Amino acid sequence: MIAIIDYDAGNLTSVARAVSNIGFECVVTNNVSDIAGAERIIFPGVGAAGSAMASLKRLGLDTVIKDALDAGKPILGICLGTQIIMGHSEENNGTPCLGIIKGHTRAFPSEMKSEEDGSALKIPHMGWNRVRIKADHPVLSGMGETDEFYFVHGYYPDPDDSAYLIGETDHGISFASVIGFKNIIATQFHPEKSGRPGLGLLKNFCEWEPAC
Amino acid sequence: MGAGMLSKRIIPCLDVREGKTTKGIKFQNNVDIGDPVEMARFYYEAGADEIVFYDITASYEKRDIMIDVVRRVAETIFIPFSVGGGIRTVEDMRTVLLAGAEKISVNSAAVKSPEIISEGAKAFGSQCVVLGMDVKQVEKSEKIPSGYEIVINGGRTYMGIDALKWAIEGQERGAGEICLNSIDADGTREGYELNLTALISQNVDIPVIASGGAGKPDHLRDVLTKGSADAALIASMTHYGTYTVSEIKTYLDDQGVKVRMTW
Repeated sequence: MIAIIDYDAGNLTSVARAVSNIGFECVVTNNVSDIAGAERIIFPGVGAAGSAMASLKRLGLDTVIKDALDAGKPILGICLGTQIIMGHSEENNGTPCLGIIKGHTRAFPSEMKSEEDGSALKIPHMGWNRVRIKADHPVLSGMGETDEFYFVHGYYPDPDDSAYLIGETDHGISFASVIGFKNIIATQFHPEKSGRPGLGLLKNFCEWEPAC
Repeated sequence: MGAGMLSKRIIPCLDVREGKTTKGIKFQNNVDIGDPVEMARFYYEAGADEIVFYDITASYEKRDIMIDVVRRVAETIFIPFSVGGGIRTVEDMRTVLLAGAEKISVNSAAVKSPEIISEGAKAFGSQCVVLGMDVKQVEKSEKIPSGYEIVINGGRTYMGIDALKWAIEGQERGAGEICLNSIDADGTREGYELNLTALISQNVDIPVIASGGAGKPDHLRDVLTKGSADAALIASMTHYGTYTVSEIKTYLDDQGVKVRMTW
């Protein structure tokens, strides 16, 4: 069973529908013992870091990711989930986060210009973009260099150590769009909304046996 | 063409009336052309980047049919989709989002009570809230300095609001995106309203989806380049099989417009 962690951070049913569609059982839950008993964990989320961290603490879920990491369970972070596994986020005037990966979640610089035609780049970064693979990873297997993924975000994860970098994407700047180590991998984009390549990534995750 | 930049989005729009898709020509003579869930699946597989559903169901009692459509679409396609039409309250928004849509679009309800934009953005996040704008060209005046006025009721009622001013207010209130429909161009298949699209897109920071007037692939090229649009809505040019999404994208790719070419 795959536990999709529900911490009042947006509608998580789309992740559950995508996982069910590719043939895996999952449950959307905020129950600590269900999460502890799950074989793998998906940590999604849409919204702001401040209220997300507050909800995690209120629901007693702020340690479940660390526990799953220590237990060697495969963990997938998505979007806001990815941002709050960092040590700190610039969002909401600065928010201390889970600290699973050392580094910061940063806001895109304002007034970025397109290298192509000098037009202003819009924030949030919303729409389809590519991912350059920086380190081979089983969860990214089968991904082609022209495959695109759906992004919606104004902040991005910036790990202190490039060893955490698995994929990067350009929007004015190059940012880490896939990060991870050991048994955790986390994407800034939404695989559940990224069509065939996104479902492929989710399937890879559901079958991933990390060697820890 | 840089590998690292956002693709311009091609978005089929499905008008839905009481659970069936239609395509309005200038909002009149709607012809029934099929099941919205099947059409969504068709466009998903054909390479659409997103899908817009516009619910034109006349009676409030029959809105539950639309919620069922949204739920079935959400189980069928794995790209973003939005729903507009008949969204009057934050509760309406919640119902549609919980049924599985990524975004909800508000149009005349926002004109009548702009708080719905800010309340929706606060409750669900700006990324969920699309401001739909129906616009007609008028003579420039003190009240309408841009020469583009907001209309409702399919273009029958002029609201005395300047389109550019409204777009900026919508952004300030927390809309995450604007879907800009030119009533003058809608249904003509003679091209998007490029001046209007460029005016709005260059004066807001949020993405703008151009709507109304698509008939040929070069219309999309023009609105995505000269019109500065981030996305283009299409309807009749693909609904009746005149073009496929893939043909349009291949044309745009050849013309140097960055689009998503693998799906």
